[in-house]
Amino acid sequence: MNKTVLSSLNAGLLDALSQDERVYLLGEDILDPYGGSFKVTKGCSSAFPQRVIATPISEAGLAGLSAGMALRGLRPVLEIMFGDFITLTFDQLVNHISKFRWMYNNTVNLPLVIRAPMGGRRGYGPTHSQTLEKLFMGVPGLTLVAPVNFVEDTLRQEPGNLLASIILQTSDPVLFIENKLQYLLPIHQPQDLPDLEISAFSVDKRSAPIFPVYKIKIAGAPAARVTLTAYGYLAELARQAMLKLAYEEELFCELILPTRLAPFDVADVVESVARTGRMVSIEEGGLSLGWGAEVIARVAESLPGAQLITRRVAARDLPVPAAPSLEKRVLPQVEDILRAVRKVARYGK
Amino acid sequence: MMDELALFRAIYRIRRFEETVLEEFKRGVFSGTTHTSLGQEANAVGVITALREDDIIVTNHRCHGHYLAYGGDMRALFAEMMGRATGVCGGRGGSQHIHWRNLYSNGVQGGIVPIAAGMAFAEKQKMSGAVVTVFIGDGTFGEGIIYEAFNMARLWELPLLIVVENNHIAQTTPTSLVLAGSLASRLRAFDIPVAELDSSDASEIRVVAEKSTAFIRETSRPAALILNTVRFGPHSKGDDTRAEEEMRLLKLTRDPVRILAERLPLEQVSAVRDEINHWVAQAFSLALADPEAGLEDGLDE
Ligand SMILES: Cc1ncc(C[n+]2csc(CCOP(=O)(O)OP(=O)(O)O)c2C)c(N)n1
Ligand SMILES: [Mg+2]
Repeated sequence: MNKTVLSSLNAGLLDALSQDERVYLLGEDILDPYGGSFKVTKGCSSAFPQRVIATPISEAGLAGLSAGMALRGLRPVLEIMFGDFITLTFDQLVNHISKFRWMYNNTVNLPLVIRAPMGGRRGYGPTHSQTLEKLFMGVPGLTLVAPVNFVEDTLRQEPGNLLASIILQTSDPVLFIENKLQYLLPIHQPQDLPDLEISAFSVDKRSAPIFPVYKIKIAGAPAARVTLTAYGYLAELARQAMLKLAYEEELFCELILPTRLAPFDVADVVESVARTGRMVSIEEGGLSLGWGAEVIARVAESLPGAQLITRRVAARDLPVPAAPSLEKRVLPQVEDILRAVRKVARYGK
Repeated sequence: MMDELALFRAIYRIRRFEETVLEEFKRGVFSGTTHTSLGQEANAVGVITALREDDIIVTNHRCHGHYLAYGGDMRALFAEMMGRATGVCGGRGGSQHIHWRNLYSNGVQGGIVPIAAGMAFAEKQKMSGAVVTVFIGDGTFGEGIIYEAFNMARLWELPLLIVVENNHIAQTTPTSLVLAGSLASRLRAFDIPVAELDSSDASEIRVVAEKSTAFIRETSRPAALILNTVRFGPHSKGDDTRAEEEMRLLKLTRDPVRILAERLPLEQVSAVRDEINHWVAQAFSLALADPEAGLEDGLDE
């Protein structure tokens, strides 16, 4: 069986638990035989019964509890059952967890990982389908990470390796953003994708853990005309759009996929846009004040005087509807990416 | 056993420090705000002197008394409130956001309680034997998150002492106006044993606190201590709406400084007062001369 994002994350949790006794998993319904709503913790409680803890339905209290554990030397990992419920932890994240290190003048560490599965396309309706991480991207002191379903040959970092290395190495709070549909995706190995050239760089050379940025090109293609940037599950939709445009329309793009979303580091996007002058940002969260808005602003500031043609692909600013026909229209689809890229490529030509 | 002179010394140190804070606020020496524990000093001293060296203290907006009773340096706290680089947290936190050794405070009501429970969880797992003491006010019983924390603390048998400083008021609102039932019954609903005291006598509080921590160490279960008390000063700087006459009478009967002083020889009391007045004044002027806090990350460029 091909490895999926889900099985990789599951292996990452087991690996972190076995490597360090300070690692604890907490969450609702995470014990075997159920193994969590999305099965990411499957097998963990059987292997490490003392350190995998079923909790009350108390997201706010659990965020606080795990922060206290982290402040006193443990490495807790908290699962939020549906990413939508992360709103319950808002005060803990904004007024407590993200603040302690800085406001205490760098005298504490807070190595906490909060995992939250976001995303729709399963008909779960307005309170179980959202992509809410943009609400946390501007909070100083919080690191946001989203894995992608690609590996390449130098860093060899699958989603599970990324998760395990964060759990074992971080000294600060990390929101690890997962996605319900991404769980089921196979992890693309370089040999599975002969059409693509994948390279990966570490975003911050000084930091451990390593947060890769992936740069994906069509193998042997002429210079890219448009820069695409996406993260998480939408990396997969962007890849599909990119191949279609290349093969059916000879419109060549390059795709930049950061795994660390915040703090922002857009150097690789800037480098690409400096060549293409055109970019499309792609995300599943709502359009207004989203990830793409910040990325584009930063790219524009980094290229003073350059002509920049951009569009954002994102969800409409509406609740995510339950009906499949409505949900499809509210959340960004491959077709929306195609349309946006064509528009940007065509502009002024 | 700690003698009463030492308790008096600790209480008077807080008193003089906080009187200085209120006096000097008027002159614009401090920035931001402050919440003094004037009248409640016996809680801080009674409880914290009952703790062991490696125990943990988690506190709130009204944290100066706890910090000072824990042995915190006066110059560093003055400096923190003056925005000086030498402050407890280099001026980043100010009055309500301090961390020193095993003491942590934050200025948002209630949110520290699950954090304290998590610390107790960690200490239990590490088998350190440490007890975590969290101080909260009566008004904070309006915040839902504390009940999530009470539940987890009892469920997982965490070594947590919940100290409720019940001054019967939250900012300007009498708690009777906003609280259904009673504080104790809310704690007991989680099967957390409650000891309740109506006293401003540090010796008396200390004895009860020692019993609570002994219970926690023995059973590794949480316990609560409700300390009925009187807030002498304003909520923060000058926002007191209570009747002056009522406050005058309470100050006669419920003053922790006076209660201890009356049991000690007069000359000892005045010697301690003189000595502490001197140290507080010195800490204040040293902090005043300290350099302003700055960012050293080149952000100003
Ligand atoms: C979540 C939150 N809401 C409101 C405030 C503003 N506030 C600060 S102290 C306080 C009163 C707290 O009362 P209590 O818990 O009884 O403590 P006390 O001040 O009496 O020591 C209020 C409303 C706050 N700091 N945090
Ligand atoms: Mg009160």
